[in-house]
Amino acid sequence: MSTPDPLKTGVSKTLKFDPLMHSGTRRHLLSINDLSSEDIIRLLDSARSFAEVSKRPVKKVPALRGKTIVNMFIEPSTRTRMSFELAAKRLSADVVTFTAGASSISKGESLKDTAKTIVAMGVDAVVIRHSSAGAPRLLTQWVDCSVINAGDGMHEHPTQALLDLYTMRERLGKLEGLKVAIVGDIDHSRVARSNILALNKVGASVLLVAPRSLLPAGIEEMGVEITGSIDEALQWCDVLYLLRIQLERVSESRFPSLREYTLQYGLTQTRWSRLKRKPLVMHPGPMNRGVEIASVVADEVEPVITGQVAAGVAVRMAVLYELLGGPTGVGGSD
Amino acid sequence: MRGNSQKILIKKGRVYSPGAGISSEIDVLIHEGIIKRIDRGIQPTGAKILDAEGCIVSPGFIDMHVHLREPGMEYKEDVGSGSRAAVSGGFTVVCCMPNTDPPIDNASVAEYVFDRGVDEGLCMVLPHGAITQGRGGKALAPMGEMGSCRAMVRGFSDDGSTVTDSEIMRRAMEYARTMDSLIISHCEDVSLTAGGQMNEGFYSTLLGLRGIPREAEEIGVFRDICLSEKTNAELHIAHVSTAETIMLLRDAKRRNSRVTCEVTPHHFTLDDSYLVTYDTNLKVNPPLRSRADVEAVLEGLADGTVDVIATDHAPHALHEKETEFDRAEFGMVGLETCLALVISVLVENGVLSLEGALEKMTLAPSRIMRLERFGYSPLIEEGAPANITVFNPDFEWVVDPQMFKSRSKNSPFAGWKVKGKVIHTIFSGRVVLENMEVKAKLE
Repeated sequence: MSTPDPLKTGVSKTLKFDPLMHSGTRRHLLSINDLSSEDIIRLLDSARSFAEVSKRPVKKVPALRGKTIVNMFIEPSTRTRMSFELAAKRLSADVVTFTAGASSISKGESLKDTAKTIVAMGVDAVVIRHSSAGAPRLLTQWVDCSVINAGDGMHEHPTQALLDLYTMRERLGKLEGLKVAIVGDIDHSRVARSNILALNKVGASVLLVAPRSLLPAGIEEMGVEITGSIDEALQWCDVLYLLRIQLERVSESRFPSLREYTLQYGLTQTRWSRLKRKPLVMHPGPMNRGVEIASVVADEVEPVITGQVAAGVAVRMAVLYELLGGPTGVGGSD
Repeated sequence: MRGNSQKILIKKGRVYSPGAGISSEIDVLIHEGIIKRIDRGIQPTGAKILDAEGCIVSPGFIDMHVHLREPGMEYKEDVGSGSRAAVSGGFTVVCCMPNTDPPIDNASVAEYVFDRGVDEGLCMVLPHGAITQGRGGKALAPMGEMGSCRAMVRGFSDDGSTVTDSEIMRRAMEYARTMDSLIISHCEDVSLTAGGQMNEGFYSTLLGLRGIPREAEEIGVFRDICLSEKTNAELHIAHVSTAETIMLLRDAKRRNSRVTCEVTPHHFTLDDSYLVTYDTNLKVNPPLRSRADVEAVLEGLADGTVDVIATDHAPHALHEKETEFDRAEFGMVGLETCLALVISVLVENGVLSLEGALEKMTLAPSRIMRLERFGYSPLIEEGAPANITVFNPDFEWVVDPQMFKSRSKNSPFAGWKVKGKVIHTIFSGRVVLENMEVKAKLE
């Protein structure tokens, strides 16, 4: 039987995707899919020049003076919230941060009303972290300003992926052809989703390392390879990207115990010391020492992981500048 | 059913009657609630004339699966607004699900809802009863009493929930068989669907929304077919959504099991790729499935595995949908877009002939619900009570939920250009929809 495709028959509907990060209309960053590979590279280049700002005695440029940015953190976060706040401040923007516990959300106000209230005060961008996937996209329907996704449920965390790519590129000198293994709870990870999309766009290859019970349905269709063996991945990869493992996955029967997880998927001291060619080890933080990574190994690779954090500020400066600053995104300092 | 002294002449429509196909242009004269004459060139002496040129004159549509929300959730819909939505969509009979507050799990609530339908007087409102008390899945509701009350409840369902305990479902079927009742099953293994938001697959992974696996439905369907075959109870599977469910039902029918089923317009029209917009109006249970499932459902419609088209009309207020996807309610309204989707998706694409589609909206549900108990007939023939829908199959229009008569506007089809519109509806010999306008009840 032929498929009656409603788009081609009597029924028609234009799927409305949000405006991408191209000039013209209001610009958002909701998903890595909003970016082309050129956009990604341009943002990483721009971040490199902003990284220099953070090394100055006076860590501030007037690029976004007079702009107002609201950090709307409906889900708790420390590093991403601070990182966005510092990025905005170093660009001289006015920044207000509010969190769920201290906001009207906890009094039962809907996201729509909260958003409309904030924007009524005159805001140029909302940076939103929310436990519900799709909340940033929803927000774009209600507010007349840029929306930046700072992590939505299990969906995406685009700026995390950008800072990860930045770190890989600065450390290894390239992205194209890079072999990246992502280990752990892919199913619940917005970081993994954004990284898979971004790495695919820039021509890196991705190998997922996890038991099937931690992999979401149809993940193969996102253009990744899968293995159940971390040892196999360690032989192959240039970058080993470890994800945080949460204890509650045990009660969800995703794996039997943390002990078993560490035995099967942990970057243990034994595994690490056996390696002749050591990959770049990365982690989005916070790390569970002794679970996904042995403490000794964590200490050894810590410069990279704190480097990711530092890159976060630069990358977010680049994103804010690209969205709010001007027609092109290069060269923030003046 | 109350008669009506109004004399109505439907001019120059093409009459569809199940079993007799579609006629050429002909007139239909209605008097005292009865179809008096079907003939060419009937003189309109003293009759109200309804122009039906270019239209199909069909038996009124019957929807086995709607939620009218009364009692308890009248801010979403009530029997009045639901009746107006029904006749706008060409339905002369709607069967409403018992997940109200209080639930329809006893004769007094069933009679209340039934009587509210009679008071509104626009269409027949037949409540389904709950299988278990309070829809709690623990103790059987009084099916016998509900069956013998004014509402003559025949269908029993805990719709929205599933009867998880197989022993209780088995006993419910045995009891229903004795009472000559029909079990309508919402099949869902809830341990597999906890927290689920949409069909599990590539799109749920891409969107980061928790998945609802097909197997949750299929396990339920298989269990209930087994229990129906064991107990010989009549079973109707609600809102079929997966390819494997269609196969299970096809096999059961081959064995002559007493099993029927329905699909909704949204399940035969939409697949899970539409969710990329995070439109909460697309959040339904069972969820919109993959393209392959939609194709299997279409095959099931074409080969007769699927008996009935039912809307699962599920009104929700704006604030219940205009929210984060995982906080939004499940369900979409469907009464006022059903015919248009049937024509635009099924008939235009050759999945079903117009007659074949109409049969699933008239004769088949009438048989399953045994509407002859109410003196209802799903045929257009001289002497039959006049429950008629006149629709224009070529009328093109753009869906605008703000125009819906339903109190709720939660339709994902806003802006869709579709084909097929109900023009007039006659219920019990009275014009309840004339030129797309609902006619208030005569005092």
